[in-house]
Amino acid sequence: MGETLINALFIFMLAGFIGFEVIRRISPLLHTPLMSITNALDAIAVVGAIVLVGEHKSNFAVILGTIAIIAATSNIVGGFLITDRMLRMFKSSRPAQKP
Amino acid sequence: MNSEIAGGQILISAIYLVASALFILSLKWMSGPTTARRGILAGEIGMVLAIGGTLLHHGMDYKWIVVGLVFGTIIGIPLGSVQMTAVPQRTALSHAFGALCVTLVGTAEFYLRTPSVPKFMMSVLCIEVILGGLTFTGSLMAAGKLQEVLPQRPITYKGQNLVNFLLLGIAIVLAVMLVHDPSQRQLYPFMVAIAVVFGVLLVIPIGGADMPTVISLLNSYAGLSAAAMGFVLDNKLLIIAGALDGSSGLILSIVMSKAMNRSFTNVLFGAFGQVQASTAAAGEAKTAKSASAEEAAGILAAANRVVVVPGYGMAVAQAQHKVRELYDALTKKGVDVKFAIHPVAGRMPGHMNVLLAEADIPYDRLVEMDEINGDFAQTDVALVIGANDVTNPAARTDSNSPIFGMPILDVDKARTVMVIKRGMSPGFAGIDNPLYYLDQTLMLFGDAKAFVNNIVKELAGSGH
Repeated sequence: MGETLINALFIFMLAGFIGFEVIRRISPLLHTPLMSITNALDAIAVVGAIVLVGEHKSNFAVILGTIAIIAATSNIVGGFLITDRMLRMFKSSRPAQKP
Repeated sequence: MNSEIAGGQILISAIYLVASALFILSLKWMSGPTTARRGILAGEIGMVLAIGGTLLHHGMDYKWIVVGLVFGTIIGIPLGSVQMTAVPQRTALSHAFGALCVTLVGTAEFYLRTPSVPKFMMSVLCIEVILGGLTFTGSLMAAGKLQEVLPQRPITYKGQNLVNFLLLGIAIVLAVMLVHDPSQRQLYPFMVAIAVVFGVLLVIPIGGADMPTVISLLNSYAGLSAAAMGFVLDNKLLIIAGALDGSSGLILSIVMSKAMNRSFTNVLFGAFGQVQASTAAAGEAKTAKSASAEEAAGILAAANRVVVVPGYGMAVAQAQHKVRELYDALTKKGVDVKFAIHPVAGRMPGHMNVLLAEADIPYDRLVEMDEINGDFAQTDVALVIGANDVTNPAARTDSNSPIFGMPILDVDKARTVMVIKRGMSPGFAGIDNPLYYLDQTLMLFGDAKAFVNNIVKELAGSGH
């Protein structure tokens, strides 16, 4: 228990620093798609809900878990869809200027 | 049999490891528009792998999982297909959904695990549901304000901050009591209820202009609550995804607060609308010059360099496509047209960029504040469309102004300034804008969409 906890804290700390460094470099141009994609990735919380529902330890847990799966899945599907739509809109004028 | 289960666990962990790497790569590739779509692909593959891997868990009952996944997809598709102008409220809503998922799973885990929960686990679980609960309702409030179902003006009352602090304090005391003695299950619903109410009260006093900061902050909370859930479930993938989302929200909050020259605490507890009621009152008779679409078209056609400054008003009037026509017409006449993007223009980080990209304006024409501010002195016309406070020179010069010190777009340095605006009423924050009374400023009164359309018609009519 103690060791898993320390390991988890190490992972949290390292992921936080990686996140900070990676995201700091993202152009303000893409801040809206950034927010929608991190939202979709954050919905990986769905795995916790899936295990909860799949183990079927109590009906209460299954009800809450199913609602949680619905909420998270809608974020995954909606988040990736809208990020893709947004990024497809970003076009440069440079290729057109070349010829 | 046992070794089979252990083998399955190792496979699942290996899949989570790959998914974590893909998530990090996904964000790395988001750094620029040329690689960003690869970033989505990486994220999607990681997500499918992680969900697929989770379904491999031993002894799962799939019925309700499938129901959840199917209904989630049915709800997700329309949420991914909203208009670009509705993206801020969609984002707020998705923060609410993410937080709802975390809160519900946390609650189920609480009732499954108590009374035998280690102290640390209980503390993290309390953090998870308090953050999740307040993010859920706070984000719903933000979405309601952005959708204009709820009033956009800040709602304030006396002792507001005291009430908020008290509520948060009670929630923390309940959490401490639960950590101390997890068998006191009856305290749990109260703790969650207080967190949920706190979320509502936290966002009520926040006005529309502060939404970019608040959405970023709620994004950060949603990420942190998911990371806390990862601790509770000992799921490293979830800890990593939560930490990435949390730091993303934190960075965006910092960028937004800096762009408004305000601190987090000031945004959360300052209630912007209240402060400046007195300062705006001192109005001596100042006169502003106005111009017609025909005159505006003439000035624009004669210019060499034009900088367009879009704001939330452009989004409200849905004028971005007409702005694109104006851009085309002027570019055809050989005018150099750029767009100056203030970090807090609009209702969420990057809002203006997405709207202009939707209207097919090339992204290399969209220039950030720090890069374009030096160019205004060589700019013939600065055309402000639906932006107000981000162009207010009082932020540079008037130390009594409530927005003094906020970085602004220096449009007043351009040779001619044209402002499309419905009337002379002050902006959202109720602050008078001296820009409108400058000698080189022309006010173009009317609806942004209609007025830009008239300018485009005049430009087409003049024939060269």
